[in-house]
Amino acid sequence: MTAALCVGLAAFSLFLATIGKSPVEFYGLVYKAGFGTSFSWANTLSRTAPLLLAALCVALPARLGLIVIGGEGAIVLGGVAAGAVAMAAPGLPGGVGIALMAAAAALIGGAWIGAIGLLRYKRGVNETIASLLMAYIALALMNHLVEGPLRDPASLNKPSTAPLPEGFRIGDLPGLDVHWGLAVGVLGCVIAWALMERTRWGFAARIIGGNLRAAQVQGLPVGRLLFCWTALGGAFAGLAGMMEVAAVHGSANASLAAGYGYTGILVAFLARQNMLAIIPVAILLAGFEAANGLTQRRMDLPDATVLVLQGFVFIAILASETFYGRFKMFQPDRWSRS
Amino acid sequence: MSESDIGLWSVPLAMLGGAIRVSTPFIFVSLGECLTERSGRINLGLEGVLVFGAMAGYGVAYETGSAWIGVGAAAMAGGAFGALHGWLCSLPKVNDIAIGIALMLLGMGLAFFFGKPYIQPVAPDLPAISFGWWSDAPQVVAALKVNVLFLAGFALALAMAWMFRATRIGLAVRVVGDSDDAARALGLKVNQTRFAATVAGGALAGVGGAYLSLYYPGSWNEGISSGQGLMAVALVIFARWNPIACFWAALLFGGAGALGPALQSVGVTQGYYLFYAAPYVLTLGLLIATSSTTRQLTGAPGALSITR
Repeated sequence: MTAALCVGLAAFSLFLATIGKSPVEFYGLVYKAGFGTSFSWANTLSRTAPLLLAALCVALPARLGLIVIGGEGAIVLGGVAAGAVAMAAPGLPGGVGIALMAAAAALIGGAWIGAIGLLRYKRGVNETIASLLMAYIALALMNHLVEGPLRDPASLNKPSTAPLPEGFRIGDLPGLDVHWGLAVGVLGCVIAWALMERTRWGFAARIIGGNLRAAQVQGLPVGRLLFCWTALGGAFAGLAGMMEVAAVHGSANASLAAGYGYTGILVAFLARQNMLAIIPVAILLAGFEAANGLTQRRMDLPDATVLVLQGFVFIAILASETFYGRFKMFQPDRWSRS
Repeated sequence: MSESDIGLWSVPLAMLGGAIRVSTPFIFVSLGECLTERSGRINLGLEGVLVFGAMAGYGVAYETGSAWIGVGAAAMAGGAFGALHGWLCSLPKVNDIAIGIALMLLGMGLAFFFGKPYIQPVAPDLPAISFGWWSDAPQVVAALKVNVLFLAGFALALAMAWMFRATRIGLAVRVVGDSDDAARALGLKVNQTRFAATVAGGALAGVGGAYLSLYYPGSWNEGISSGQGLMAVALVIFARWNPIACFWAALLFGGAGALGPALQSVGVTQGYYLFYAAPYVLTLGLLIATSSTTRQLTGAPGALSITR
């Protein structure tokens, strides 16, 4: 996968050179702003946290053969659910409040994405289109809720839910400038990996992904498995939204739709849907996003530069599928042991 | 019809006018997607092509001062994206759905990248023909102001239906879309035919994008498309891969999209965002209602991966 990544980055360098910008300067700035200092590492790792969980929302269904690309919807609704819990019961002790927020976010995210798995099984609805449509619906729901029923009258310019009580906020990891979301994300990846690779439910899921007919012939509960695994992915994405609210924004508002759900698609594909490989890939892409501000200021590039970069890498990754098994350098790497 | 007091009638009237205005990009994208899918391939990236077409059309129209050159540039840009998709998918083992998602991201990224300088300036608009001359009510006149591209889209739907039914090219596309083996047995070139259909589909989606930025809403910004390209893909399934049905379905979707602004114009502000979600809910509902696990969708091209 590294080779394909390099091809994508090389293609982007060519693109930069064509429009008269120096690729060397660009990657130098990315290194500086993404990985150069402890401050830039903190920035990168804070952005990694939601990416890890968003990528799980793509990778888990993908192992069952479903391409779900609407994780953004679950993130947004998870965040709103967390904000709503904090508004409904602000007097609770902090720990209970955080647990409740996490449970609500995971529940709504799981139901939202799980519904897509269920629709696929029951009605044969194309999950890719349905999930993206539901992301748009989720966005509309969020706008309706934070500008209507859940709006804090004190939030004038940017409609938001009420600010979280102090005890409901999630702090930084001990000794680091990174919030607890990173630990949750890494733990999520490890748990997802263990479930997928080391349990019989994961085995059943991989059978469904490999050959649906075979799974049905074996008498596996295909519908239940599809629902549970997509719902698990959605629950992770919902948690990502809750983390953003509790650790970064402090209340639910339109900032939740920051595109982590879409970058998560790329992370999952780059990691070849392997739960552990998601971790390094997410850190790398978060580094590129963290550097976006600096490249804008120093090189006078528009903020969409990182989107173009991601597009180039994405296409290189997918096109490299065609070379698998044909050249030594494109052999599946050490992460894909399954 | 009295000219001053049309009261609540203005809602359906605004929806009709809105349907005509909003549906045009749907018509072009869905016809393009219909052509591509009939050849047995799905291009989910038309959302990205639409946005890039909107930017390219607006930029070129501003630089040259002619809206029609802008439309041509948008079609060419769309065709280029279609060519990229068609070429990548002709490689073995490459997944057309995944490439579509990547193209969606790349198209939007490139559009935002190059579109930054065009957010402020004003480009020339596409001309419209007024069919409301017989009425005094300004709402009626406004509703019946029809853009030339809408009429072109209608003509295109008819032409495409005729092409599929009665021409050699249409037959070739249909055979390739139904069975690789049958096409090869007939001596048709499967990959070339699909490539051509994808390029043409991309070009049509580009024109749809140019309509967005050059007529309605009529300016270029980063939020210009909100899933129209994607809804058009779902719309083709609902229209059963029939170009004429695509046209009517696009009008229906346009009407749903016009519901929010129409209600707002008569002072309904409650649940404003929920009305804006109407087209998505409609699309999803139709997708659920018309899909099935047990039977093959009628009219579906046999080689299409989406129907499996």
